[in-house]
Amino acid sequence: MKNAAKKIYIGLIILFLYAPIGTLMVLSLNASKTRAKWGGFSIKWYIALFQNEEILRALVNTLLIALLSSLVATMIGTIACIAMTGMKRQAKSILMGITNIPMLNADIVTGVSLMLLYISLGIRFGMGTILLSHITFNIPYVILSVMPRMKQLNPSTFEAALDLGSSHINAFFKVVFPDLLPGILSGFLMAFTMSLDDFIITHFTKGVGVDTLSTKIYTEIKKGIKPEMYALSSLIFVTVLTLLILINLSPDKKEKK
Amino acid sequence: MRKNNRFCFNSIAILLSLSVSAFLTGCASSDKGVNGQVIVYNWGEYIDPETIRMFEEETGIKVIYDEFETNESMYPKVESGAVAYDIACPSDYMISRMIDNGMLSEINYDNMPNAKNNIGAQYYEQSRGFDPENKYAIPYCWGTVGILYNKTLVDEPITRWAQLWDEKYADDILMQDSVRDAFMVAEKLNGDSMNTLDLTELTAAKDLLIKQKPLVQAYVVDQVRDKMIGGEAAIGVIYSGEAIYTQKENPDLVYVIPEEGTNVWIDSWVILKNAPNKENAEKFIDFMCRADIALMNFDYITYSTPNVAARELIEDESIKYSEIAFPDLSQYDNLETYVYLGEDGDSLYNELWKEVKAH
Repeated sequence: MKNAAKKIYIGLIILFLYAPIGTLMVLSLNASKTRAKWGGFSIKWYIALFQNEEILRALVNTLLIALLSSLVATMIGTIACIAMTGMKRQAKSILMGITNIPMLNADIVTGVSLMLLYISLGIRFGMGTILLSHITFNIPYVILSVMPRMKQLNPSTFEAALDLGSSHINAFFKVVFPDLLPGILSGFLMAFTMSLDDFIITHFTKGVGVDTLSTKIYTEIKKGIKPEMYALSSLIFVTVLTLLILINLSPDKKEKK
Repeated sequence: MRKNNRFCFNSIAILLSLSVSAFLTGCASSDKGVNGQVIVYNWGEYIDPETIRMFEEETGIKVIYDEFETNESMYPKVESGAVAYDIACPSDYMISRMIDNGMLSEINYDNMPNAKNNIGAQYYEQSRGFDPENKYAIPYCWGTVGILYNKTLVDEPITRWAQLWDEKYADDILMQDSVRDAFMVAEKLNGDSMNTLDLTELTAAKDLLIKQKPLVQAYVVDQVRDKMIGGEAAIGVIYSGEAIYTQKENPDLVYVIPEEGTNVWIDSWVILKNAPNKENAEKFIDFMCRADIALMNFDYITYSTPNVAARELIEDESIKYSEIAFPDLSQYDNLETYVYLGEDGDSLYNELWKEVKAH
């Protein structure tokens, strides 16, 4: 009885999580443009998707910005964490507080203030401003995931490496970095996803003619969202799903203790 | 573990270099054309991309194309000056607001023969509501707001706004979820202007909307289309531009312009005051007014075109003479266009709309 209840509960959770995505995938295979009518099975939206230059350009922009911004933010964030461990307690907590505020702040506030900043500095809006903004809001997430790892670190290993004649840089990359790596990777992934699905900040800081997927979809509101977007979303979902399955199946998981 | 790390590094390094090079080439490709550039700010999905390509090819002017989703989100972007746009395509009331604030530049019709000759006189006439001397705006798309009903779900033909208050259609009515469109219905029903700022008239409209609320299935924006096609509601308030498409999907649907009169909306090209490429902007707008180009855009957008020459070229007779796409404006004397009400007027409307929604 208890087991059955558990299964039903899990089933409900999964249903609520995935029913919307399921609907989207079904609609992406609908020959009719409207969601209200099933016009027969068709892959024409997938074909149209790959012929639609604007959507593809938006996709490339999105991935590019996500990748670059998360890489840069990971570097800056990691360096910031290293610096913070060397700080006095008070300075450290003040700095932590400062980096935490942008995360708690509403996106729209961040977006508008960045836009005003760029205008007052006379920076031309374009790909560069989106990238700068994404790096900015990504850094706190990286710090958030690297910092706990940093605290677990045993400082003696680094000192031991120095005692044994290693240079500072060498000791960092050979001893400290491998220990930090899980934190850095999860920070990178977090930053990547945050950048990938950001809409509001991009909306305010994007330049003319530059669109990411989220801003592109939003402009379609007046005329109704085109089914090509369903197709694209389905493809992204399937890609992520296969990636996750592959990662979870990969053999090196068993090697871990 | 170590081997794994190295793999990780290599792949990150490769990805980084790839994306940097892609980024740089991406920047390089946004160079100007042989004859300069023009920056256009238009609604999303509101132009056939092919026409932009043709314009670039024929004139050597590079088009930088940007899209907005509502008049309200367009305005602050243009006003902030973060990007110096040349051309925008706002709706009627937003154009009057931009004229009031001195943001537009006067049109020189001598440089734009297509705009002068191809756009029908009645549309310029209608534009005078928001642009009194036709000095600033060249109509691009237009339409009416009307009632779409499913003839299998109603007992008699729907011809008047008043029928949206008929209790037998309780839970079968879809209203527009936007202040001006909702109030327009009530104001027209009361025989008032849709641009009124008279408090008694507005209160009457508000009370009417509150009275209607229990009968309304939902206040929606673009779901009217899908809900009506699917037969989820019997009567809906909709833009004429969507009507032809919905009828194609569901032949039971009928579109009418209510007897009490309604809103005629016009989205028009305007050239901004501080446009850096004014000459190219004139060329672009004039190109869009060319009959064959306007026809391509009509086929793509499916909203009524004010371009008479383009309408002549439509092959499908049922569309060319469609009462929905091209109603004869001179037959009606109670059609109006929205005008900007000023900041106080806007907040008054919003306040009253909030009262309706919260009731």
